[in-house]
Amino acid sequence: MSRTRPRVLAISSRGGHWTQLRRLRKAFEGCDVTWASTDVGLAKEVAPERFAFVPDASRWDRAKLAWTILRVLWLVIRLRPDAIVSTGAAPGYFALRFGKLVGARTLWLDSLANAGELSLSGRKASKFADLTLTQWAHLGKPVERELALRPGTIFFSGSVL
Amino acid sequence: MIFVTVGTQLPFPRMIEAVVAWAKQHGRTDLFIQHAGYAASLEGLPNSEFLDAATSARLMNEADIVVAHAGTGTILACLQNGTPCIIVPRKASLGEHRNDHQFATARRFEGRKGVFVVWDIADLPGILDRADALDGSDGINPFAEERLLQAIRDFIDERD
Repeated sequence: MSRTRPRVLAISSRGGHWTQLRRLRKAFEGCDVTWASTDVGLAKEVAPERFAFVPDASRWDRAKLAWTILRVLWLVIRLRPDAIVSTGAAPGYFALRFGKLVGARTLWLDSLANAGELSLSGRKASKFADLTLTQWAHLGKPVERELALRPGTIFFSGSVL
Repeated sequence: MIFVTVGTQLPFPRMIEAVVAWAKQHGRTDLFIQHAGYAASLEGLPNSEFLDAATSARLMNEADIVVAHAGTGTILACLQNGTPCIIVPRKASLGEHRNDHQFATARRFEGRKGVFVVWDIADLPGILDRADALDGSDGINPFAEERLLQAIRDFIDERD
């Protein structure tokens, strides 16, 4: 561990994804973390750590989706994080995509809600994310350090609960 | 106060109707209903389509009991607060969600202190009748499992 504190972007939509993301905060101790979500009211919860608002979107609304993509792109370029962590859904997926462009290491933690199979966003993210984690043992392989950086494989290392 | 919430995505008429019918029958008005766009009558009960994060957190804290769909965020919040929660999983076959993942969520949490799963909506009034006597959880660790935190730390530390 080195020169500066790692810059981390922790991003998800509001609601259950956010509740799960916040339960990871202990893993970000010693990092320079920026939280991002789809409700400005959450800024208060993370203070004094930084908070960035991103608009919400789903696949079904093209205009809103385009706006989300632009805002997330801007956030990632501006922040240039060393690592990006997301629990879902759309804003996190795009943050991971753009994160690869700026050289960030990217982690997708699929929601505890997905017990049967990975979420659609998670399946798509797993193709390029540096590490994809499920919270269900039967959906992933145990994490081993030498295997950890292998896009396309889904790992399991416990849950947010 | 009973906080009734269906989350940020979809309405859940089956659950709302059952709660409203129970409240009407018992003359209860100490409810707040977040309904995500349920159009029918709510019998004049306090309600809102959606809530901002601050209001939602306030109602969560004020509630004596929470009645909710089986959403992970809502259940985790109740466990953290020690508020008893009565949860109803959404059924895809009734158009209540894209799939039946809330059944897995409900199974995952069932049996934990403070979580009461309603598998059959006909059982909801009976649970609501004794809601005032239900115990909440004793609180849970506010953080993820240590092995998950460690995997994330290792991941962050591995930068060049």
